[in-house]
Amino acid sequence: MATELPRKQAVVVGVGWAGGIIAAELTKAGIEVIGLERGQEKTVDDFKMQKDELRYALRYDLMQDLSKETITFRNDQDMRALPMRQLGSFLLGTDVGGAGIHWNGQCPRFLPYDFEIRSKTEERYGSDKIPADMTLQDWGISYDEIEPYFQKFDETIGTSGEDNDLTAPRSEPFPTPPMKETRALRKFKNAAEELGYHPYQVASANLSEVYENPDGQTIQACQYCSFCERFGCDYQAKSDPVITVIPTAKETGNFELRTHANVRRVSYDGEKTDGVYFIDTRTGEEFYQPADVVVLTTYVMNNTRLLLQSEIGRPYNPETNEGVIGKNYCYQVMASAQGFFEEERFNLYAGAGALGAALDDFNGDNFDHSDEDFIHGGIVQITQTGIRPINTNPVPSDVKSWGKEFKEASLHYFYRTLTVASQGASMPYRYNYLDLDPTYKDALGDPLLRMTYNFTEQDRKLAAHQTKRCAEVLEAMNPDKIEANEDIGDYDIVPYQTTHNTGGVIMGGDPETSAVNNYLQMWDCENLFVAGASAFAHNSGYNPTPTVGAIAYRAADGIKKYFENPGALA
Amino acid sequence: MADEQETGGVTRREFLKNSGLVVGGAVGGTVLGGVLGRELFPAPQQGASPEEDTSDSGNGGAETPDYTEARMFFKREEDFRVLSAAVERIFPEDDLGPGAIALGVPYYIDKQLAGGYGRNAREYMQGPFFEGAETQGYQSGLLRQEAFLQGVRKIQQESESRTDDAYFDAEEDTQDEILEAFEAGDIEMEGINATTFFGMLRQATLEGVYADPVYGGNRNMGGWRLKDYPGAQMAYIQMIEEDEFVEMDPISLHDHHT
Repeated sequence: MATELPRKQAVVVGVGWAGGIIAAELTKAGIEVIGLERGQEKTVDDFKMQKDELRYALRYDLMQDLSKETITFRNDQDMRALPMRQLGSFLLGTDVGGAGIHWNGQCPRFLPYDFEIRSKTEERYGSDKIPADMTLQDWGISYDEIEPYFQKFDETIGTSGEDNDLTAPRSEPFPTPPMKETRALRKFKNAAEELGYHPYQVASANLSEVYENPDGQTIQACQYCSFCERFGCDYQAKSDPVITVIPTAKETGNFELRTHANVRRVSYDGEKTDGVYFIDTRTGEEFYQPADVVVLTTYVMNNTRLLLQSEIGRPYNPETNEGVIGKNYCYQVMASAQGFFEEERFNLYAGAGALGAALDDFNGDNFDHSDEDFIHGGIVQITQTGIRPINTNPVPSDVKSWGKEFKEASLHYFYRTLTVASQGASMPYRYNYLDLDPTYKDALGDPLLRMTYNFTEQDRKLAAHQTKRCAEVLEAMNPDKIEANEDIGDYDIVPYQTTHNTGGVIMGGDPETSAVNNYLQMWDCENLFVAGASAFAHNSGYNPTPTVGAIAYRAADGIKKYFENPGALA
Repeated sequence: MADEQETGGVTRREFLKNSGLVVGGAVGGTVLGGVLGRELFPAPQQGASPEEDTSDSGNGGAETPDYTEARMFFKREEDFRVLSAAVERIFPEDDLGPGAIALGVPYYIDKQLAGGYGRNAREYMQGPFFEGAETQGYQSGLLRQEAFLQGVRKIQQESESRTDDAYFDAEEDTQDEILEAFEAGDIEMEGINATTFFGMLRQATLEGVYADPVYGGNRNMGGWRLKDYPGAQMAYIQMIEEDEFVEMDPISLHDHHT
């Protein structure tokens, strides 16, 4: 029997960016919130002297312990799904702050095109442009409607950046100026300008100067120490939930944070929820936390899994194309070109997670797709995140991968290799989805989430196009040799690609085709809100975090409205 | 003080010696720029100053034996000798500088196998086990400890059947051919294919070359020096905008440890 705890007004499940933002906004409005986090407490002291590549970048110190919980994966329905036994393609975070601790801090906003992608694509190219199995949908909100929430996120984290004609329009200037330039970035920008493109300095949560946000939290200036992605920040110079929204929530006196609390079920009577069941991972004891409003802000995977496990909402069925939970799982289509420079050594050991230059001439609908057999595109960029010696051993492809020849080449090219890459948008596809695995279980005996995913024709064409664009810019940077591979093959869960997983509990304007409305309120359960990248109806050609932040602020507004006037908000 | 001898800063003599070594090899480089850069932007450093001569650059100096260098995992000496010979072929000593053995890689791997890595502690190891597609990743229930033991013994068997010599006594070309056979998946193994095992061995070797010395490899930051990698520096804000390549003495976690 679960031990019942005192009722709260709201329970937030998972305390990363989305959960932290919602907790901060609700508690500031006087609402009593408890945050349940499956992982441990994290403070800034946990990130002092973390400059240890092996521990964090290879042994994944900040990531989910897969011995307790993972997902299963197959490329298509004809394959047997097997567990992701080791981390690889993407890195699932855990503990207080979640993936918001180990992110790089790249802060682009999705484009106006993204939020109304079906309508705008049909408007410009006709409905035939969208293949029958591409389950492309508008998000149920326009860019103009969501812009104030983007702005709020930027003010909370102090985003450093500069304006550009092709990025999403902003109502206010960036809170802090752009980061410093490096030789590699200047080279990219010069080459892009020569080609007539529109380069800019990437928007960054590694701040260019000390910043105090509207909640009174201070973020320090980045030291370019290069330990961002997969690491917590040594300096409190990379905005994360632990130095911004979580202390803001705590300072109100209305926030209780309970760690080691692994939520397994959301209660549901067919209309509403009354709370959540969780296990204290230290004792195995089960608790019931009653609440007037439940907010799911775990990562993409567990937002979907918790709903399926709790039998809330209609599970998606790819055969009938009906149902919504697990639908439109998307990822990112990565493309790149690598340049080897014999005569130049770049200071690539130095950097920051969001130190980069980019162009959006081939992103969204910024270019004419009339003669292309794909839609959307992706940011084209060079980043100087700081290379580290175990994971970075670039050699031309004709060099053997070990032995004397490898040693010589990997030492030679370590600082002589630059990569121009595109994070390509990922369009939803009928047979790419999430459901519960019939065989494999987590440590508590609950079914693992099963991912069925492969790249589609759209993805392959987009990748080939973006690879050419990357190579074109790189060529103008005058390397001695370029290597690029246009063929992305089948999706492979082993090599790291990106932790930009999206979808499964998507937002939209129609309960038939979406799981949550544009306040992130479940259509099928009015006092349950589900926020995070799980709400993305597709993934854009950008990093997702500012859009996650905007959605979380939007959800917080919705929840406040709901407390004032309960009922369906849309 | 023992601390000064163990690591502390790098002496100027070693720094210049190392730079000279780099110039002599295929890497080339901007040594002058490096020296100037270093003086313009001295790295924040604790412990011994760069001017002090610590007399012995190695941890294995006669006066201060490294008591952490002994086997924690491998019980049979023969297994450890095969491992050592194999990692040395993957990252050999040459004109550019030390190879895997001189950098402590065999001890690094031994220590790793004795802990959570060797037991796949943070990985999903529940059955049922099926051979999957390549895109589904590692699907064996075999622990790394078991894979390495089986692997080094297979390497030894292969050498004995080809040459009658132990692997560590075989000619370098033969040693390489045997590793190539593993890499190509031509050797039968149980519960893991030889290509996967070879990938693990290669990866573990690079880790031992380049991980912070606290893990027992990268002895005296020698792996980092090969690459001119500055290690665990606190900040690069002073030089991030520099056009020229800036060389710095590496710093380890030990240098920051208080």
